[in-house]
Amino acid sequence: MATFQRHRLTPWILLAPQLAVIAVFFFWPAAQAIVQAFYIEDPFGLGHEFVWFENFARIFTSFEYLRALGVTALFSVSVAVGAMSLALLLAVQADRVIHGAHSYKTLLIWPYAVAPAVAGVLWMFMFDPNLGLLSAGLENLGIGWNHRVNGGQAMLLVILASIWKQMSYNFVFFLAGLQSIPKSLLEAAAIDGAGPWRRFWTVTFPLLSPTSFFLLVMNSVYVFFETFGTIDATTGGGPGGATRTLVYKVYEDGFEGYDLGSSAAQSVILLILVGLLTLLQFRYIERKVQY
Amino acid sequence: MMRFTTSTLALGVACASVSLSAHAATEIEWWHAMGGELGDKIDEIAEEFNDSQSDYEIKPSFRGDYSETMTSAIAAFRADEAPAIVQIFEVGTATMMAAEGATYPVHELMNDHGADFDPDAYLPAVTGYYTSSDGDMLSLPFNSSTPVVYANRDILAEAGVDDVPETWEELGDVLTQVVESDAASCGMTTTWPSWIQLENFSARHDIPFASEENGFGGLDARLQINETAAVDHIQRLKDWQEDDRFRYDGRFDEAAPAFYTGRCALLMASSASLAGVRANAEDFEFSVNPLPYSSEVIDEPQNSIIGGASLWVMRGKSDEEYEGIAEFFSYLSSPEVQADWHQFSGYLPITNAAYELSQEQNFYEENPGTDVSIEQMTATEPTENSKGIRLGNMVQIRDVVEEELENIFSDEVEVQEGMDNAVERSNDLLERFQRANS
Repeated sequence: MATFQRHRLTPWILLAPQLAVIAVFFFWPAAQAIVQAFYIEDPFGLGHEFVWFENFARIFTSFEYLRALGVTALFSVSVAVGAMSLALLLAVQADRVIHGAHSYKTLLIWPYAVAPAVAGVLWMFMFDPNLGLLSAGLENLGIGWNHRVNGGQAMLLVILASIWKQMSYNFVFFLAGLQSIPKSLLEAAAIDGAGPWRRFWTVTFPLLSPTSFFLLVMNSVYVFFETFGTIDATTGGGPGGATRTLVYKVYEDGFEGYDLGSSAAQSVILLILVGLLTLLQFRYIERKVQY
Repeated sequence: MMRFTTSTLALGVACASVSLSAHAATEIEWWHAMGGELGDKIDEIAEEFNDSQSDYEIKPSFRGDYSETMTSAIAAFRADEAPAIVQIFEVGTATMMAAEGATYPVHELMNDHGADFDPDAYLPAVTGYYTSSDGDMLSLPFNSSTPVVYANRDILAEAGVDDVPETWEELGDVLTQVVESDAASCGMTTTWPSWIQLENFSARHDIPFASEENGFGGLDARLQINETAAVDHIQRLKDWQEDDRFRYDGRFDEAAPAFYTGRCALLMASSASLAGVRANAEDFEFSVNPLPYSSEVIDEPQNSIIGGASLWVMRGKSDEEYEGIAEFFSYLSSPEVQADWHQFSGYLPITNAAYELSQEQNFYEENPGTDVSIEQMTATEPTENSKGIRLGNMVQIRDVVEEELENIFSDEVEVQEGMDNAVERSNDLLERFQRANS
């Protein structure tokens, strides 16, 4: 203990590279965003006006922002729940396969190697109202598919594409978690007369809880920030803002509308929101996790 | 062996001195948004200019789509790394113009650096969009187009229609005939709905899109599309959508395939889409027709307005560079270069001389349909309603308008309500722009 206390500087030196990276790529831009959120500025930065909380006030009274909030809530829950439950199902199935297990696993992990924008383009082509194979198929079944004018279809499309993209990541972790569960526990439960369903819920699922919790946090971050590329390539937030999530609105207002003040204020709100959400997850859900 | 080495050495020295002299030339950066074949054409134009003299070297570089090019130019300006010339789409005009410390108006540049510059040589319908209210040219029009109608003549013939009507009223009857005879499952579709069905609709009927001469008169302009015949027009499209005479197919160019595949009989799209239509319409005859007008609103239609992009010059460069830019712009405006670009790309010529040269070369006779847009643009003198649109935050305003149109076409809101929303939200953006720039 005493030996450790003498090296007060060493931990800091060891942490320095990581801290420097965080400072340059997170703290500095975040601080700039906070400052920017209190100004109205022209795009070229030639003149600016300090406006206190006006940018924030405008955001919270804007119908479009509140709508984006609602869209984000629906989208996040659907994608996180969908991506995690499907991945769990596939992982459990893949864990049982003996012949050709390797190829199954490789195929299931594959989508993770696809960039979000590429995934978006892929889905866009399949469902393009004029050229898409799947939309043509749907039309033959009597279902008119045009996500450029039908908000519900557009939402379904971005949810499906985002789930498909994230499922592999979840799959890898669930599979690793499943494989680390001692077979003896499951065998003991089987001897005690528990069926497969019971074994899963009373033995496997609780033992997977650290993995599930980790994935819940990662998936929340994913749906809030990393689905941008998919949305941009499939629907562009449309029609009429039906698939415009909070992060997409930050991008639209900042990079297409050059409204830097409002865009910065929205980033700050988003930062606080995701921070709070993560805090809540750690505070309440982590208690139920059994390590 | 020895001789071979000497000649290699001589060649090496020659190459070195060539590259040395190339480096002595003043480099001028030109950021643009033209990918594919048009991008290659730009490289070719720059190369020909560079070969024609030895003092300046234009260096074009592709920066993504219009929006990305503008964003990166703005970010570069903030970091003191701006290019000398940047291609900005027409809706970015007011933003560039308001940034007085950042941009160098073309008329000033040409006067300051001694280039022989005659503003009257340019087509007013094209340059009008990019001039100040005093008539001074702010940026050099580069690629301009205007909306026209592409018609699938095979479908029309099958429905028993001989001609593409000139008015919206007659068009309604014709499209009913098309849909009811099952010649096609959809009557017409449109690309760029805000640009074609609102901005151009207003210009063609000489009604304001916004107050203050569509924004040319000052920063306090506000949208007026919720109180003009534009509302009736959107109502018409909405009614047509009910009985398949109209199909909504996205905010940009996504509607074009609906025409290529024969789903829709008519397509309203940019005149610069002609090459694309020609390449994709292999299975059917098509014709290019002027944009219709409503005979209930106007007797003789006005000119339509342009879309596309222009070249802006950024401040903070050396005098030498500006002299080079002035020389390059003169070169770019010369009849030969212009006519070549116009004929290759399908964009409108920017000078009278280039138009006349193309006529002399029999270009329009050999390529039917290419002159429809020019005639539509030049048939009348532009009025204050048909000169163009000059609104701050126009990029966002167009997004807002497209969004509200989508809400209308997806039955979220009634037509009047949607148009009111579009105006209210846009006016909010205009107020904000006015504050940030005054």
